[in-house]
Amino acid sequence: MLTYLFKPFANTQKGETKQPLLPVILLLLTILSVMLLTTELAWSSETASAVETADEISKSIKVAPKMGPSDYRQIGSVSSRAFVWVVAQLHLFLAAFVLAVPLFVTVIEWIGVKTGDQRYDDMAHEFMKVSMTAYSLTALFGGTLALSLFLLYPTFMAYMMEVFGSQVIVYAMLFFLESGVLYIYYYSWYALRYGNKKYVHLSLGVLLNGVGTTLLFVANAWATFMMAPSGVNEAGAVTGGIWEIMRGPLWNPLNLHRFVANIAFGGAVVGAYAGYKMLSARTMAQRAHYDWMGYTSNFIAVLAFLPLPFAGYWLMAEIYAYSQQMGITAMGGILAWLFIVQAVLIGTILLAANYYLWNGMSRCDGSKRYTWLIKYIAFTLVVSFLIWVTPHTLILTAKEIATLGGSHHPLLGPFGIMPAKNIAVNLMLIGTFLSFQLYRRSDKEITVAWAGFGNALMAAIYIVAIANVIFLGVYYGYFTNTVYKVGSSVAQVMSTLIVIVAGVTIDTLMFKGAKTLPVTWGKISNRGVYALFALPIAFTWLMALMGYVRSSVRTHWHVYTVIKDNSTDNFIPNIGYAANMMTVATVAFLILILFIFWVASLSETKQELPVNKNGNNS
Amino acid sequence: MEVTQEEFIKKEGGLPIIVKVLSFMLFMILVFTGISNLLPQVEGQAPKDVKVDLGALTMESYIAMGETLFSGKGTCTLCHNNMGRAPDIPVMDMEATAMERLKDPKYKGKAKDSESYFRESMMTPSEYIVAGFGKQGDTSTMPIINKAPIELTEVEMGAIVAYLQAKDGGQPTVELPTDSPAIEASPAASAEPPKPAENAQAVLTKNGCTACHAVLESPATIGPELKTVGSRLSREEIRQSIINPSAVIAEGFPPIMPPDFADKMMVKELEMVVDFLYASKGSAVDTGTEKTEAIEEAEKPAADAEIVDSSVADTMATDTPVEEQRKNKQDTIEQKGKE
Repeated sequence: MLTYLFKPFANTQKGETKQPLLPVILLLLTILSVMLLTTELAWSSETASAVETADEISKSIKVAPKMGPSDYRQIGSVSSRAFVWVVAQLHLFLAAFVLAVPLFVTVIEWIGVKTGDQRYDDMAHEFMKVSMTAYSLTALFGGTLALSLFLLYPTFMAYMMEVFGSQVIVYAMLFFLESGVLYIYYYSWYALRYGNKKYVHLSLGVLLNGVGTTLLFVANAWATFMMAPSGVNEAGAVTGGIWEIMRGPLWNPLNLHRFVANIAFGGAVVGAYAGYKMLSARTMAQRAHYDWMGYTSNFIAVLAFLPLPFAGYWLMAEIYAYSQQMGITAMGGILAWLFIVQAVLIGTILLAANYYLWNGMSRCDGSKRYTWLIKYIAFTLVVSFLIWVTPHTLILTAKEIATLGGSHHPLLGPFGIMPAKNIAVNLMLIGTFLSFQLYRRSDKEITVAWAGFGNALMAAIYIVAIANVIFLGVYYGYFTNTVYKVGSSVAQVMSTLIVIVAGVTIDTLMFKGAKTLPVTWGKISNRGVYALFALPIAFTWLMALMGYVRSSVRTHWHVYTVIKDNSTDNFIPNIGYAANMMTVATVAFLILILFIFWVASLSETKQELPVNKNGNNS
Repeated sequence: MEVTQEEFIKKEGGLPIIVKVLSFMLFMILVFTGISNLLPQVEGQAPKDVKVDLGALTMESYIAMGETLFSGKGTCTLCHNNMGRAPDIPVMDMEATAMERLKDPKYKGKAKDSESYFRESMMTPSEYIVAGFGKQGDTSTMPIINKAPIELTEVEMGAIVAYLQAKDGGQPTVELPTDSPAIEASPAASAEPPKPAENAQAVLTKNGCTACHAVLESPATIGPELKTVGSRLSREEIRQSIINPSAVIAEGFPPIMPPDFADKMMVKELEMVVDFLYASKGSAVDTGTEKTEAIEEAEKPAADAEIVDSSVADTMATDTPVEEQRKNKQDTIEQKGKE
């Protein structure tokens, strides 16, 4: 190991590639130390104040303001909340995209190095090219958002600055670092393409992602503080250090959820880029290239999407633990219908992802062995989707209620509560993984001696997991006390995770020495490609919907239990109004994405040199 | 089978790919938007602070105030319902339940009677966890009611205690808050006193009544029709249906009427609507140019009146109808006591 680290300083033989890990590690450590030192210096004054007693601090530091009409401003007759809503949502869409792309680009670049396949490197570079324009737009909307918040909610922002102090300066400084590393990472792509230099480039990618993730976590703290404030007393006076303020009960669940969701979202958006380029391709080579890109994007999106429900579940569990009222408001109270809409969106995502995989199986003749399973997976997905979207309280006329004998359907009513939906979502995830597993096996003929045993084991795991999911949901959901429902859902989730982990592990072992069958990239119906357009739309609208939930669970509080909202917009808007707002933001984002894709394509366009009448170049 | 280039490459003619793709995406967006707009549209209103004239407060109006607070500002029904998250208080005899719990060997609190038990449950809910509820470590999931985010005042908690004691026929032991200062209005409410709607039609429209009820020119059937409600219900019953819709559910209709109209409507608005609905006794309605007498009455502006800001109609009673209601409620309580 030590020899390996010091090898770069030894003489190299011609053609031998060395991996200069030590300089890279030193570089990374230096940069990280500077970051930590900077933040430590910035926060040290806040930490020192935490040593004082709470009473002393309350006297010396301002309490939260009680806001009145004069603390709110408006631009003409435009609702301030509506304006900030759209600007903030667009900033979040773009930020999610620009944070996600470098994450999977670095991984794809690394895969290219390990496999020696140049296509991965080219694809990674193309993804980064798409995200560069998005980065500028993210900053523009971020600046607009900040200015609008200070203009329209000056008193609230003054309090937030009081609480977070110099942490916001750290946030700004991180952007300098992010910008510098991003531009170096992208523009040095071909200068640091091969050999040792490639590892320097990869290190830059890792650094870029580290800074980007830090930016995400810092910004998340503001949102989670508003939902579940920490580091302040009942009057809103700061009583703790910046770390206590940031590390509230919802911070890490939101960090995980947004980190993973960003990757899924980013994969879906670049998938749409690939899908469009494929449909408008003029040569088979182009079509094949973008088909492969689309498959990779869909793979990234679905791979990141599969654990998302668990991350979301953790977030909601922490919300319930913090405040049962807040949790019930979200899922059983005024916002309950919203989660039926969420079910529609996630069902759309899963159906589209599976449909794309099934259509993609036509690329390889080896898939014919598995196509008989598709109808069962499709049936399971559709039935599970229908169960998931079934509400508890039905919208019925009086005559219909009289016919049914009540407001809950005697047969379908039980499907309206969470145990049924937990069964449904877990079965959908298992079904989606099965589609993916079948696709991966399509182009391989397994040659290991224990193939029969391996397949039998895999089948048994599926059967036991499905049976477990159904049993846990039915028994603990309908035949025991309510308090056991939550605990049983954890076991259901574990069953699904075991299927995924076991499937990946068994397949990896079984694929050793497997014979690879020919795959014809580009051989997929155009209809199947439209799934790549369904995914980003569903993801985008879903992000906006969840943002509406996150803001609404605070009810009439700017900072829950600390600063009451006394503006004219201190009510939770109905879902129809919210949907219209989300659609405005989604359509605006669609236009911005079209602009981003167009700019990316523009960079590839080269005008031919004009030819004069004599046939010579002008 | 060999795939030829012509089978996959974009053909000349037809809509451009970008148009097809954008149309597909916009169609999907419209589907999601459409589904959301078809669902029940409910706004979550913030509770409004009230000015209560404690000098005019009676026990009956105090109990009614408590009932309104129970489903309104107190948000008790968020958890205390038949969904299993907390004891289903609306259907339980709370007076008897409280006495049973005080005798439970597991009870370690300081309460001696139902009034002190109810107060203790609101201010220190972890003192006693009902079997089957709570979370690990013997902690209640119920918030402390006199702190944020609910922040009920002493007067408001007393009203809820009075309601809990009286709702099943018991006699409240809570003292009327005669010496407490008036509840301060919120800054938002005091800065610009809101004006009541112009007439009953405006009130019905503003509060979305026509979305569920056949009233005015609406044919909605989600809730009971109101064009002939005056022939079925008394003024008091109509008023109760508005401010406490869960008290009596019309047969064959779902219990989904919003419970917060008492918070949203002003006293004058409530009385205008009660008068209008009571006058709706069953004339045939033409949806064309002719209007019923009730609709014409609804469209007349209300007479100028003193602006009163209140979330609980009964506690501001100065009009004869409310006096009648108080008397009828007293009669009802006495009747229940006899039963």
